[in-house]
Amino acid sequence: MTCGVFLHSLPKDRRQTLAKVSLEADVLRGSGEWTVFHLHAVEQSLSNLSWPGTGTVQIDMHDVSALDTAGAWLLHRTAFQLTQTGLSVFIKGLSPKAQTLYEYVSRRGGVPGQLPKAVRPGPIERIGRSGIEELNKNIGLLAFIGETAATAAPLLLSPLRVRWQMVLRELGEAGYKALPIVGMLAFLLGVVIAYQGGDQLRLYGANIFIADLVGLSMLRELAPLIAAIIVAGRTGSAYTAQIGTMKVTDEIDALRTMAITPIEWLVIPKLIALVIALPLLTVYADIMGIFGGMVMANVMLGLSMPTFLDRLVEAVSLQSYLTGLGKAPVFAIIIAMVGCFQGFQVAGSAESVGRQTTISVVQSIFWVIVIDALFSVAFSQLGL
Amino acid sequence: MLAGTSNNKLVVEVKEMTTRFGDKLVHDRINLNVCRGEILAIVGGSGSGKSTLLREMVMLQKPTSGSVRVLGEDATGLADAPALALRRRIGVLFQYGALFGGLTVLQNVAAPLREHTQLSHALIDEIAMMKLRLTGLSPDTGALFPSQLSGGMRKRAALSRAIALDPELLFLDEPTSGLDPVTADALDELVLQLKASLGLTIVIVTHDIDSLWRVADRAVLLGDSCILAAGTVAEIVQSKDSRIISFFQGPRGRAARGIV
Repeated sequence: MTCGVFLHSLPKDRRQTLAKVSLEADVLRGSGEWTVFHLHAVEQSLSNLSWPGTGTVQIDMHDVSALDTAGAWLLHRTAFQLTQTGLSVFIKGLSPKAQTLYEYVSRRGGVPGQLPKAVRPGPIERIGRSGIEELNKNIGLLAFIGETAATAAPLLLSPLRVRWQMVLRELGEAGYKALPIVGMLAFLLGVVIAYQGGDQLRLYGANIFIADLVGLSMLRELAPLIAAIIVAGRTGSAYTAQIGTMKVTDEIDALRTMAITPIEWLVIPKLIALVIALPLLTVYADIMGIFGGMVMANVMLGLSMPTFLDRLVEAVSLQSYLTGLGKAPVFAIIIAMVGCFQGFQVAGSAESVGRQTTISVVQSIFWVIVIDALFSVAFSQLGL
Repeated sequence: MLAGTSNNKLVVEVKEMTTRFGDKLVHDRINLNVCRGEILAIVGGSGSGKSTLLREMVMLQKPTSGSVRVLGEDATGLADAPALALRRRIGVLFQYGALFGGLTVLQNVAAPLREHTQLSHALIDEIAMMKLRLTGLSPDTGALFPSQLSGGMRKRAALSRAIALDPELLFLDEPTSGLDPVTADALDELVLQLKASLGLTIVIVTHDIDSLWRVADRAVLLGDSCILAAGTVAEIVQSKDSRIISFFQGPRGRAARGIV
């Protein structure tokens, strides 16, 4: 069973399914079902035929049992190409129905071989274009941060205008629901550091310093970083996808026409929520990381937990703890800003949402690590 | 094939079909036939289950009970392989086009051809181009992305894709919704022309009464979970049923018939 116009009411067993062509002298004979699913055989044989140099070619379609638009098009294209080489072409044997279809397709279908050309600029133009595009995007990010700051500033004076209900919801999404994964990964990180460091310390009989190693590295660097990276992957991407999808479905424009600033409605609650959530998650990661290290020190080095804790208090100053924690709100601002900005960069299609989400995660993790490095340099210069 | 087991003239047979979403009864044991070569319009108010019925006929959704036969095959209980084979024989135009945003218009139309035929890429592109022209789009449109098209052009491009594999049966979900009257008229004209020249059977879901009068050979009116009326549009409007009267005899329905 196939589609298209059936030309003969032949019983099914007598019908040739496979579409075929053969060239005898100057008569091209077609047979079988010239429909889209069977046509490839005809296309291949047509390209292998040796046509006469001059004169007339007859195309006999009498044995063709079915014809659809694809078949009609191939017939049209063949006739067209033969005419181009200077041959005269006659098509015969089409049933009235097939003739109508053939005429419709050849009249309405256009000239064979005409395809739209995608305009592709030269290499220099492409370099220039992508350079300007990148520049504009970075300027756009700065402008976005500025716009958000300008929207946020008046809200500081009248905090009641902030949509606190939304802030709470975002806080639950970004903070509370991230607890299991952040805790798990920070714990494992503590285990790994204690395990790797413990081996070396044991060589020198300096087992007790495992508390220094785990305490300082977790509190100053690793806990804020791991929390920020998880939040960038979990929450930053969600911000981009949410705002991006709203952009595709015109919801952002709808907000604007209702005299609601999208930044005030969407960005500010997310920003506030993340600035609260990420430091809290960092504290949680601190605790879990040190707990992981402590468990490992106990198992591997036989260091009892009270001893570990005593040493920890001596080794880690409040200042070290606060320098680690102080980075968290900065990371939160970066993640929220990049995530929301990339959401607003979505244009047109669902595919664009996916692309911007990828960019958002990569960019926010990149900036988190760059800023972390800058902090390290700044702190060592300040002697903290 | 199973085609022999049922009436060959019936392309779609819906029998005693019931659909339920939770407590909501959408279709209550409805019966519906579509004959080969006709344009059947499914009409009804918003929420009357038109689109659900269409989704059940194209095997995107299963009815709660009852049977749906499409092109002679039981569409409700088909295994994966025969379901794929059956799907290649039907074309669907979605309400918002559902063109793939990441592909150009030409690539969109060529996609089913590339997936399901063994033709050369050059010929596939030409056939896709020909389909675009059949729906009245200019060749330059082929290089554009769907997001660059106007609503009417998007519908045409989506229609080109729906007829890419020369389906025997074409489903159109709200083909004229969201279009200006001139473009909607042109699309109706196009549907009629495709039916006349390609011999298609077409099922249209619509609530555009103008379009109903122009293109439909037959119509069924859905409402209150069942089929309120079936027949030619002229027959249906004669009905004395108050629900049918309210659908067709409002100011819009009267204007569509030329009675003001």
